[in-house]
Amino acid sequence: MRIDRRTLLRLTGVSLLAVAGRKVASVLGAVVDSGASAAQPPARRWAMVIDLPKCLKEEGCTKCIAACHRLHNVPLITDSRHEVKWIWKAPFENVFPSQENAYITETLHGKQVPVFCNHCADPPCVRVCPTQATWKRRDGVVMMDWHRCIGCRYCMVACPYGSRSFNWVDPRPHLTQMNPDFPTRTKGVVEKCTLCYERLDKGQLPACVDACSEKAMVFGDLDDPKSEVRRLLEARYSIRRAPELGTQPEIYYLV
Amino acid sequence: MFMFEKAVVGSRRYWIWIFCLLAVILAGLFAYLRQLSYGLGITGLSRDVIWGLYIAQFTFMVGVAASAVMVVLPYYLHNYKVFARVTILGEFLAISAVTMCGLFIFVDMGQPHRVLNVLLYPTLHSMMFWDMVSLGGYLLLNVIITLVTLSAEREDVAPPRWIKPVILLSIPWAISIHTVTAFLYSGLPGRSFWLTAIMAPRFLASAFAAGPALLILLCLAIRKLTRFDVGREPIQKLAVIVTYAMILTVFFFLLELFTTFYSRIPEDMVHFEYLLVGLQGYHALVPWMWSFIILAAISLTLLILPRTRHNESVLAASCIMVFVSLWIEKGVCQVIGGFIPAPLGNITEYAPTLPEVAIVVGIWAVGILMTTVFYKIALSVREGYDVAY
Repeated sequence: MRIDRRTLLRLTGVSLLAVAGRKVASVLGAVVDSGASAAQPPARRWAMVIDLPKCLKEEGCTKCIAACHRLHNVPLITDSRHEVKWIWKAPFENVFPSQENAYITETLHGKQVPVFCNHCADPPCVRVCPTQATWKRRDGVVMMDWHRCIGCRYCMVACPYGSRSFNWVDPRPHLTQMNPDFPTRTKGVVEKCTLCYERLDKGQLPACVDACSEKAMVFGDLDDPKSEVRRLLEARYSIRRAPELGTQPEIYYLV
Repeated sequence: MFMFEKAVVGSRRYWIWIFCLLAVILAGLFAYLRQLSYGLGITGLSRDVIWGLYIAQFTFMVGVAASAVMVVLPYYLHNYKVFARVTILGEFLAISAVTMCGLFIFVDMGQPHRVLNVLLYPTLHSMMFWDMVSLGGYLLLNVIITLVTLSAEREDVAPPRWIKPVILLSIPWAISIHTVTAFLYSGLPGRSFWLTAIMAPRFLASAFAAGPALLILLCLAIRKLTRFDVGREPIQKLAVIVTYAMILTVFFFLLELFTTFYSRIPEDMVHFEYLLVGLQGYHALVPWMWSFIILAAISLTLLILPRTRHNESVLAASCIMVFVSLWIEKGVCQVIGGFIPAPLGNITEYAPTLPEVAIVVGIWAVGILMTTVFYKIALSVREGYDVAY
């Protein structure tokens, strides 16, 4: 049998397609399997309650921010366009636009409120991520895989809280000190608060909770009816950021 | 390669044009290498304006790609012979446009070498995954269709029968690429500027105006530069399509304005306010927005009036205005306006940087180069002589 150039090219193309098809099939198979095998923490519903009157006692306090950013190697970038932040403070009116009210009490008016990832029960960022580089753990933590992230920033577009940061430049030169126990990031990936999953897995509290001298941040399991967070939410009036969007934030603010 | 020999013979003018395009592409490549080493911080983007010119250009070009259906559908589904000479031009334009889309996405990635993670971890609940699937499929369909129909034409035989269902499949597929692209935007809570069910119809309407307008301009240019003339009738039919699509585009835009400003919901109004009159002293996009409105109004008037539409010189001017106005609307305002103000109410304005513009222009040059080469091949095959352009 004689094979001319055209036939050879055609056969090569068909073979390549077949190999690619098998690869795709095996990847799809692996995706179906992976759910069962991956190590998962026990099912919980981690939540944070922030007691605003306590939090606002000391004006200009940044203890939680400093503790978090030091522990997680969050770079200090002065250009506000390229900032990376896991926890920061913003005016009450901007954090809670649906509470719009010109005559709001003096205790809240224009006050700087701590904000970070809400670890939503139904997170839009997880829904839109094309590579599952961000996902939700069984205990409610919205996680981030900096090694899988392709840097498309769709999660940032989807997050209604502006809680995510992108590394527009190499973050490492902007670290004043480095914590060798936590990874640094590279340019071109998205990052955010991960609720100190590395501390939770060791039975410790998130670093911001530990750092707060006023004990204004309370952390616990909402599925546990006897937890401190449940007790606080039952006793006091609480608000959440943009609850009307249905994302079910797990960060509660006592007012 | 596929009839490529037709593309490497050409006049002096042809080669000067090719080398100019290659120079622009090279400049874009150089700018991209700088972005690759420095990071996306080299652009005008920020933590508030997360997507900019790259993704906006991508969105606009998806429309140009999808608009090929406006010649494919009448010709193949309704056997409308008038479009016999322009159909292949529309399909080749689609191939160039989809390639540009892929490049615009690629240069927007923070970690471009990981881009295949999208296929390695297929995520069915992500609209970006579906966008990749639909655009990839559309590219493949159009490559197969042009390859098979043009080969048959060269051999002077009828195309094989199996190509007909492939062509018919490409019609809904074209609609799908722009629908899924609209879904990228319209399904996000908290981005109220895009949270509108008529996002996909708006995208399609403006695409079916901008794409055929470009096709008219290309046909007129080909007539000037070569001996190939598609004739007067297909251009006039395309002009009618552009007119209807432009009417729908403007109508849909007015619908958005009504819902936004009659309901007076602040979070819906702020984005339009920023674009139309500026917000808290920030008004970088106001001149752009009004350029869109004025150009759209003038071109629509000239298109609706039969006397001006039938005059080919006026029609060419109208088509330029349609294309530019919709490029502004989709390629500038629609995407960037959604980010201003940011979710926390703060306003960060956006202006692309020089490297960013160089990369965008470079990708446009890639698209123009591809279209030039494709058209050269198609016209050479069709006329049986070397087209001198």
